[in-house]
Amino acid sequence: MTTMTYALPDSMTMLRRQLKHMLRYPSLTLQLLMMPILFLLLFVYVFGGTLGDGIGGPSGGRSAYLDYVAPGILLMTIASAVMGTSISVAMDMTEGIIDRFRTMAIARVSVLTGHVLGSMVQIFICTAAVLGVAIAVGYRPQAGVADWLALIGAFALIAFALTWLTVAAGISAKSVETASNTPMPLVFLPFIGSGFVPTESMPGWMQWFADYQPFTPYIEVTRGLLSGTGVEQSDVVLTFAWSIAIALFGYTAARIKFNRR
Amino acid sequence: MFDLGLLLTLYPPAKRGTMNTEPLAIEARNLRKSYGDDTVLDGIDIAVPRGGIYALLGPNGAGKTTTVNILSTLIDADGGEARIGGRDVSAEADRVREQIGVTGQFAAIDDLLTGTENLRLMGRLHHLDRSESRSRAERLLEEFDLVDAAARRPSTYSGGMRRRLDLAMSLMGDPRVIFLDEPTTGLDPRSRRTMWTIIRELAAEGVTIFLTTQYLEEADELADRIAVLDGGRIVAEGTADELKRLIPGGHLSLRLNRDDQIEAAAELLGATATDPEQLTVQVPGDGSVDSLRSLIERLDRASIEVDELTVHTPDLDDVFLALTERPENRKESVR
Repeated sequence: MTTMTYALPDSMTMLRRQLKHMLRYPSLTLQLLMMPILFLLLFVYVFGGTLGDGIGGPSGGRSAYLDYVAPGILLMTIASAVMGTSISVAMDMTEGIIDRFRTMAIARVSVLTGHVLGSMVQIFICTAAVLGVAIAVGYRPQAGVADWLALIGAFALIAFALTWLTVAAGISAKSVETASNTPMPLVFLPFIGSGFVPTESMPGWMQWFADYQPFTPYIEVTRGLLSGTGVEQSDVVLTFAWSIAIALFGYTAARIKFNRR
Repeated sequence: MFDLGLLLTLYPPAKRGTMNTEPLAIEARNLRKSYGDDTVLDGIDIAVPRGGIYALLGPNGAGKTTTVNILSTLIDADGGEARIGGRDVSAEADRVREQIGVTGQFAAIDDLLTGTENLRLMGRLHHLDRSESRSRAERLLEEFDLVDAAARRPSTYSGGMRRRLDLAMSLMGDPRVIFLDEPTTGLDPRSRRTMWTIIRELAAEGVTIFLTTQYLEEADELADRIAVLDGGRIVAEGTADELKRLIPGGHLSLRLNRDDQIEAAAELLGATATDPEQLTVQVPGDGSVDSLRSLIERLDRASIEVDELTVHTPDLDDVFLALTERPENRKESVR
């Protein structure tokens, strides 16, 4: 019997471990939730009145902006949650327990898949919480059942890709501090995309970047599904293409780094 | 007709003999490892038969941890080969991993899980069934005196308790070979004794134990065989007694009452050294009762007054210092 036969049960064992960690260390999850919730409230209550007039027409106001910004905040939530992945992977790597796992006849990759699956659970909890706050302050998604299912699928795909990327970042980091800083740019990508204002309002060179960076199609797909207005095919294609590329890169880098240490 | 090939397949030569069919528990030949220009292991050989305790003794930076890391499949050697229970550590790493338990220098435990949960995690990763995993965990908690702490997180444990939990985790898979990298470093004397008892009991159960230590006392107390590692080479190997024989024997030190008797005493007893200022005379001897009695009789007869007599027997410290300090002593072997 080879150890690969155990890839699935070992990954489930590691997932259990991650879920227990999440329960025992809830402050990390709360910290990760802090930023998107603060940004949501800041942008809706402080900037929302003015920005909403620009986006939703002269009379749009705060509620129009809430509709516009909520999908961007949800993607920011995912980006913030995967920072947690990087931190918990790096914390794991500094402990002796990883070396213990390496000397055991287990499917090695399960150490990483456990983190990925655990983070995906965490991401769904975080996005649900942030969506809850958005609804509490007046956001009203118009999504139908099919839209919700598609949204869950899209979030799973995006979360899967970004977690592999940050697992790689966590393994490569020399310290937990570095691990928490490396994925930081991800949190700001929704800003230089269609998260907070339409990309057309940006200068030409920035608009080019903003239109094609992964978070813009991610946000557009999310926005389309939540508003029930349908999704552009090009955004779906870009969402898949970016996610697969990021996942492959992250997975490959993580495995190489993990086996080399 | 005879088909020799078939016959050999059916009765391979190694299986026909009745002796020495069992592979060595640990076998390493000419292991080398360097990081850049820094040679950490410069060709070491290790042979450990099944059962018993083997100690790798050496100062910090001698290459002890590197050796354990190679033998426990954590890192690859640059040259040479190593086998655990006949399986190659790099080509058959998973077959090796099935046989071993490793307790490193730094606690390899999950601080967010309780003691029991840590053990059960190991049970699941060893693919034990639920009841087996539970009963093994309970037995180990009991044996290692951790029952009261089982439901607590290891961050509340003392150093000795953490080390015991760490070792218990290594034992969940019922390993045949256990690697202990400096198992008692940083422990207080009582915890150290407890650890020693546990290690002896494991060896008595037939587990092969490979431990590294920088404490001579520990190697002397526990090990059947000791290899002294220094600068990436094994400079001596043998039982504790064999190693002690490597250096000049013990001596007696006499402190006299009167300085005018030093020369007389030195001549009478065949002293190897005298120190007129301290009024001491050094005499070769093993400190046995008979030799002491005759020594005292001779001194009495010569009316030499002795204030104090101390017996100095060679210990591993002498061996260690002698072997690891003088380059000309390298590569000495006792067999």
